Amino acid sequence: MQMRSRSETGSDQQPDRDMISDLKRGDGPSTDRFVRENIGWMLASARRIVRDRSLAEDCVQAAFMNVFKNLDGFKGQSSLRTWMHRIVINQALMTLRARNRLQEKSIDDLLPVFDASDCRLEDPWVTLENPESLLVQSQTTQTVLSLINGMPDIYRIVLLLRDIEELSTSEVAEMLELSESNVKVRLHRARSGLKKLLEPFLRGQDL
Amino acid sequence: MTAPQPSLRRRLHGMFFKLPLMITCTEFETFILAYLEDDLPPRQKSVFEFHLKVCRECRDYLAAYRASLELAKGALGQDRDHLDDDVPEDLVKAVLAARNA
Repeated sequence: MQMRSRSETGSDQQPDRDMISDLKRGDGPSTDRFVRENIGWMLASARRIVRDRSLAEDCVQAAFMNVFKNLDGFKGQSSLRTWMHRIVINQALMTLRARNRLQEKSIDDLLPVFDASDCRLEDPWVTLENPESLLVQSQTTQTVLSLINGMPDIYRIVLLLRDIEELSTSEVAEMLELSESNVKVRLHRARSGLKKLLEPFLRGQDL
Repeated sequence: MTAPQPSLRRRLHGMFFKLPLMITCTEFETFILAYLEDDLPPRQKSVFEFHLKVCRECRDYLAAYRASLELAKGALGQDRDHLDDDVPEDLVKAVLAARNA
């Protein structure tokens, strides 16, 4: 599933316009189809952010209510799906904020180390495993997910929004109320932290 | 945290990276994101790529940085596919009921 957030205009949006007018009319079968077609990816996006199935379901319900309530405000500057994607992510972020989960926490222990000559300290990589081959084992996927979930939220969320949800830097900055340069710094730190966390897998060591 | 004292070889390495048109590993670090997003101007890009050629540590680091991102994307992608097929009917009904309320 690709979740591009760039604007889509022109004839591509005719199905969106048809669906919106069906929804506004309160057409039962169309509403049913609309909910069933979108609820899966919305739940997945929300769950990745809030890391809790039940909270994610609450987010999705609230997001659908927002979608239905604001159909008149949808101007077609993006696809309907892109618009809904932002709504569900904002809803999930609000849930995290309500639980004070977006507080600053240090990631310094996971960042690269340099010596006094500004040279990087990095043990030689005798083996660098292929990520695709590693993911054949379902246990690996679960451990990787749990390591990502253990990262400090503010870094994990930037990583998720930019690299997984594929939002732009400016969209992430707006959603998290950060400057774009701050988002970039956090993204790089998050990826550096990720590298450190996943290093044993990639070196072919047992975790 | 105090940076570790480098060996003679590493000190020479560090001096080499401070020559004109070169960058140190710490400078390289600050350019990684822009390099991967193809945001570096051509001159900076070639300086970055030269460092990559001559510095084993940064080359290994960047390869692992890229591989870890791929591993994370793959794991999250598998999880998303699994969740897509796993929507409780109760939730669908609750959304539809709220819409019709």
